[in-house]
Amino acid sequence: MLLRANIPQSLAITTFNNSKSMSTNLMDTTNEIGEINKYDFRTETTAVFKARKGLDRNIVAQISEMKREPDWMRDFRLKSLDIFNSKPMPNWGGDIAVDFQDIYYYLKPADHQSRTWDDVPQEIKDTFDKLGIPQAERKFLTGVKAKFDSEVVYGSLKEDLAAQGVIFLDTDSALRDHPDLFREYFGKIIPPTDNKFAALNSAVWSGGSFIYVPPGVKIEFPLQAYFRINAENMGQFERTLIIVDEGASIHYVEGCTAPMYSSESLHSAVVEIICKRGSRCRYTTIQNWANNIYNLVTKRAMAYQDATMEWVDGNLGSKLTMKYPAVYMMEPGARGEILSIAFASKGQHQDAGAKLVHAAPHTTGQIISKSISKNGGRSSYRGLVRVEKNAKHSKCNVVCDALILDPQSRSDTYPYIEILEQDVSIGHEASVSRIGEEQLFYLMSRGMSEAEASTMIVNGFIEPLVKELPMEYAVEMNRLIQLQMEGSVG
Amino acid sequence: MTHVLKIENLHVSVEDKPILRGVNLTMRHGETHALMGPNGSGKSTLGLVIAGHPGYEVTQGSITLDDADLLEMEADGRARAGIFMAFQRPITIPGVKMADFLRHAATNVRRPDRKEGEELIPMREFRKELKDKMEQLRMDPEFARRYVNDGFSGGEMKRAEILQLAMLQPKFAILDETDSGLDADAVRLASASIAEIGREKMGLLIITHHDKLLEHNPPQYTHVMLGGRIVETGGVELAHELYSQGYERIRAAYPEAERANQEMLNEELADASLASE
Repeated sequence: MLLRANIPQSLAITTFNNSKSMSTNLMDTTNEIGEINKYDFRTETTAVFKARKGLDRNIVAQISEMKREPDWMRDFRLKSLDIFNSKPMPNWGGDIAVDFQDIYYYLKPADHQSRTWDDVPQEIKDTFDKLGIPQAERKFLTGVKAKFDSEVVYGSLKEDLAAQGVIFLDTDSALRDHPDLFREYFGKIIPPTDNKFAALNSAVWSGGSFIYVPPGVKIEFPLQAYFRINAENMGQFERTLIIVDEGASIHYVEGCTAPMYSSESLHSAVVEIICKRGSRCRYTTIQNWANNIYNLVTKRAMAYQDATMEWVDGNLGSKLTMKYPAVYMMEPGARGEILSIAFASKGQHQDAGAKLVHAAPHTTGQIISKSISKNGGRSSYRGLVRVEKNAKHSKCNVVCDALILDPQSRSDTYPYIEILEQDVSIGHEASVSRIGEEQLFYLMSRGMSEAEASTMIVNGFIEPLVKELPMEYAVEMNRLIQLQMEGSVG
Repeated sequence: MTHVLKIENLHVSVEDKPILRGVNLTMRHGETHALMGPNGSGKSTLGLVIAGHPGYEVTQGSITLDDADLLEMEADGRARAGIFMAFQRPITIPGVKMADFLRHAATNVRRPDRKEGEELIPMREFRKELKDKMEQLRMDPEFARRYVNDGFSGGEMKRAEILQLAMLQPKFAILDETDSGLDADAVRLASASIAEIGREKMGLLIITHHDKLLEHNPPQYTHVMLGGRIVETGGVELAHELYSQGYERIRAAYPEAERANQEMLNEELADASLASE
């Protein structure tokens, strides 16, 4: 059943965990978090099955077969592949130099999901030890899920969530265990025809999270996902679907730290969210991809009457990121808020932004974008605000601030505004600044080294985003910024 | 050992234009010195040069703290060596909380060998100390959670500088117009605060146009600056004379320095204009 030839000595690991958000001051824990550098390692391990490189109907059908999927999903994948092949590459954003035939589209390290911690392979446990995950579990977590390349290997869901009817599964399991619910919503918010990379994901998707929150259920702690790509040339095509039923609420957090690799790698995820009447969803992402990764992600939410959808999106690393989380406000009273941060360093292009569509009256939108460019990095804000005809009394405010740390770096703003209704209020502010000599001197005159002063200024610049993060993520974000800043001055 | 801050024959230029033209000044720990002078005379420049502002070029002379050559150090090194300047126009650092800023600053100054990323003063210890100091200075605890100088009133900025002085406990402090922009009550509070911090525990160089601050912190020495030089030094009575009678006598007595002063004003190289850029 399993192919054991061509086994690569490589590893990818993903953990999903849940954690309480804490209001404790950041400074209390900074020193306990330790070196982020420790995440940059590889562990020898054995993948059980790996599809051959390349993309064609056979590969796509094989992926579906390996997963023992229903016919409709296989057909959906094959149709998506045709759509992918028929669509040209986008002629805007960044340069996407990807050889689609030189990528593994599926890697399955174990043939079933582990049920308990004891079932988790030792190599993966070793990696968890290095990441500090078991400790974190004991300390903070209310549930843990681990991901190994494209499949979730280990998963547990706290009983209290399950008792409330919350479904929190990897997406493959959700297709198997909740076929009707799955089919009702899957691919409805972002159809494969939406864009070339959504079509690619639809053809070869694997893993990701599926969450259903029943009516009125409010999940008090953030549900967290923590993952990294680790197999060389291993595309990650995870697919996340979140359904927040009427009056329910959820905060979902995903974060990544990725080790360095020399050859190109592709990450192309799709995230679909449905916020039903009166519900609330916040989706927080911190991504720190290795410098060779193309990160091309489609994220979209539909918010219905009086529902609130918030995207908090932090992008560090990668060779090129193109990501514009969207909220479609479909019914009166819907709110959409997007907080985006991008940090572009040497050889990196962050083309990030947001998209708000006001499709009903009395809808409210807000975009706050912060970008930092350093060492020749390039960051672009690309945003769309669209107000449909009859979306009267809608309000939207866009603020984008760019910080450029040196003359080699670059920042661009591409704001698109399409307003088909007169009776609306739309605001747009943009600023570009540099770290001032006077700011540096002021901090240095208080004993901060130049590097420390620069880091402090950059951390202050992104504080509006960081203060929205759960504590551990805020700490990590500040540490990541510090690492990004190291060697940037002096 | 008594700490000594010594400035000898200090010449300073900006873009090849001289601003300080041979300043000599020696301060000892526990002494309070007043530095007075008309606009553009170079008072703030002297303070900024001692603190290590990178916008000025020292062309001649020396600044030493005990045996250490301050001119060899960047601003952070000087702060760690024991120099502090309360700025006339403190800079806003958006998104950085006062408490975080002060904790980093206090750690660096107390552990001069600390590298970036190394441990800070333990949180509990630091919080208690900050709370005590803020109570002593009658500051709202909320202040610690605000962003550095962001949206501060003029008075709040000056009080924030005094709080930093209290937390960092330098060997020598330069107060640049810490009383300007404050009403009478605020000046009284600021003056009393400086006295409470313990001016006998440091050397103080007070730059001021007024004598209110000096009333509460009477100087042993008053220096008058004109055209980039200290042209006269006296006791507290000199400060009172200048405050009540202005600089006419000084301007007349030192015509060459007065010419240099006018020149600098015309070139807009006056200290304040650079510092506020």
